[in-house]
Amino acid sequence: MKRHVLTLAMASSVALASVAGASAQVKIGILNDQSGVYADFGGKWSVEAAKMAIEDFGGSVLNGKIELVTADHQNKPDVGSNIARQWYDVDGVDMIAELTTSSVALAVQELTKQKKKINIVVGAATSRLTGDMCTPYGFHWAYDTRALAVGTGGALTKSGGDSWFFLTADYAFGYQLEEDTAKAVKDNGGKVLGAVKHPLNNADFSSFLLQAQTSKAKVIGLANAGLDTTNTIKQAADFGITTGGQKLAGLLTTLAEVHGLGLKAAQGLVVTEGYYWDLDDQSREFGERFLKRTGRMPNMVHAGTYSGVMHYLKAVKAAGTKDADAVAKKMKETAVDDFFGKGGKVLANGRMVHEMYLLEVKTPAESKKPWDYYKLISKIPGEQAFFTLEQSGCKL
Amino acid sequence: MSTASDAADRIERIGIAVGLVALVAAPFVLYPVFVMKLMCFALFAAAFNLLIGYGGLLSFGHAAFFGTGGYLAAHAAKVWGLDPLLSVLFAAFGATVTGLVVGALAIRRKGIYFSMITLALSQMVFFVALQAPFTGGEDGIQGVPRGMLFGVFDLDKPLMMYAFVSAIFLLGMFAVWRVVHSPFGQILTAIRDNEARAISLGYDVDRYKLTAFVISAALAGAAGGVKSLVFQLASLTDITWQMSGEVVLITLLGGIGTLLGPVVGAIIVVAMQNYLATVNFPVPVITGIIFVVCVLLFRRGIVGELRHWASRRASHEG
Repeated sequence: MKRHVLTLAMASSVALASVAGASAQVKIGILNDQSGVYADFGGKWSVEAAKMAIEDFGGSVLNGKIELVTADHQNKPDVGSNIARQWYDVDGVDMIAELTTSSVALAVQELTKQKKKINIVVGAATSRLTGDMCTPYGFHWAYDTRALAVGTGGALTKSGGDSWFFLTADYAFGYQLEEDTAKAVKDNGGKVLGAVKHPLNNADFSSFLLQAQTSKAKVIGLANAGLDTTNTIKQAADFGITTGGQKLAGLLTTLAEVHGLGLKAAQGLVVTEGYYWDLDDQSREFGERFLKRTGRMPNMVHAGTYSGVMHYLKAVKAAGTKDADAVAKKMKETAVDDFFGKGGKVLANGRMVHEMYLLEVKTPAESKKPWDYYKLISKIPGEQAFFTLEQSGCKL
Repeated sequence: MSTASDAADRIERIGIAVGLVALVAAPFVLYPVFVMKLMCFALFAAAFNLLIGYGGLLSFGHAAFFGTGGYLAAHAAKVWGLDPLLSVLFAAFGATVTGLVVGALAIRRKGIYFSMITLALSQMVFFVALQAPFTGGEDGIQGVPRGMLFGVFDLDKPLMMYAFVSAIFLLGMFAVWRVVHSPFGQILTAIRDNEARAISLGYDVDRYKLTAFVISAALAGAAGGVKSLVFQLASLTDITWQMSGEVVLITLLGGIGTLLGPVVGAIIVVAMQNYLATVNFPVPVITGIIFVVCVLLFRRGIVGELRHWASRRASHEG
């Protein structure tokens, strides 16, 4: 009998301890595409980046352990929304990050507002996240459609690529990207010679590429994404477009895609990214640690996930609570000064403003070592790359 | 023989009873939104099953109706501020009209040609959804309000929403059951089994097929409409050809031509999508493996095999 009492007491004290522990814990969720087209763009590499951030932070905050959960939304907004709801309602997740794919990101951001939690979007592109769909608890970390347009369109025009021809995917995302980029080109004194629309998920780009080639435009802008971009770049290499002196500008292309394409096909491609590992000592330090863990160099989505998670944890510590209002306020007050967001700051609409880079893919001859893929063309100050609060159209 | 099919029906009736009890208990055990999603897919699959299971028509474009319903309900609830029930009815109506157009063209051909026409037309619907301004392109329609049912019941409360979805689900399933067990359903089955004979008996076969097609489209649209209210969003996922494939998968797994098959299939597929999402292994691969195993081992689907087993046992005893 005595033994029973003892066991009972022990069991209940364990239960109590675990309850106390649970209330102080901070739980972070990484929700993204881990098996589809964006599996390398973000995928489980982003999960690894979040793990690194938690380890570097020390593994605990507010006297509780930091826990990480992850799920594959399979690019389905309903699956993403279902998981996010369950995380918030049942599993006690405090913050969800990464969120590649615009439709999923918008859905989860809306949900986050209802549940009063925090979300940090890294992988999705749409500038609506901090525009007309902005929320007090939603953050957008690495890049957006506006930054890509200004970066590639504006900076490339300034550095000599002043006549453009667009290959545009025939749907809203493509139009938006073309329109924003064309505007940036014209604002910087360039001109647009023409544009051609191609169907979504097209396999044969030869007729479009020939039109682009004969337009004699100095730059061919690829206002498309995913498989379409990859196909265009491969086929453009067959037509000798970049070796013939024209530049290809991939509007949504990162180190992960360049790695997938190989330098032979991707050489001469111009891209905008928020991070490149070989820029300075800080970025190299992170890149090499990441490489050691995963066998690959991070792109801006992976580095951005690290930076976002780190900034969140710092804000929780500084606020002394995980209450969403207090944490969001701290996140916006505090400057983001790490290897990713140099001189970065967070606007009231949740937009993290930081330096972006216009980069050109090296030729196989120029590349000296593995992952030596980019050369820097120019740096784009954050204030130019991103919308200001007034321009964003965010009403809070 | 009749005792054998009675035994099969009996086992399905037991299944229905168990299902009803589970439906009441589920929101207290499982996560309500997950169960609501299950019901949406089950109703969608039941609508699809009405066509393939009882009419022998393999539509490969059912996502067009499911997705159309989703977009229309989302638009009606968000932009027009319609009552949730009216939004769902509007979704069903829109899908009915789409179904009428697609069906009228598709039933002129049989077999694989029928399937291909439905696929082609559903791709057209997909491109409309991709391009039309009101659908929001790849962002979808976001932030759809669940609203107040009849201005009284607040559907933002999980249990209220659960009751609302359950009611529509049960109504939809009842409609399928009623259609199947009506004289109309009998003729439909007759057409499936021997079309030439049905024609020779004087039935206007095309009209029966078209009616079945339209009913199926309407139910699929209602399912899509409810789903967009549950998740408060409508997106391209629900209108792509992959979704048309998914409903085929659900129905095949559960059992074609059985009332409960689509429900069981939906439970398996939706549960896999949700619970395997956190497993460190690509979900589509697992889904594929399970599909292959099912096709090899239970040709009739899970409920189909159960029915078969029950009727065989009964005929041995009898």
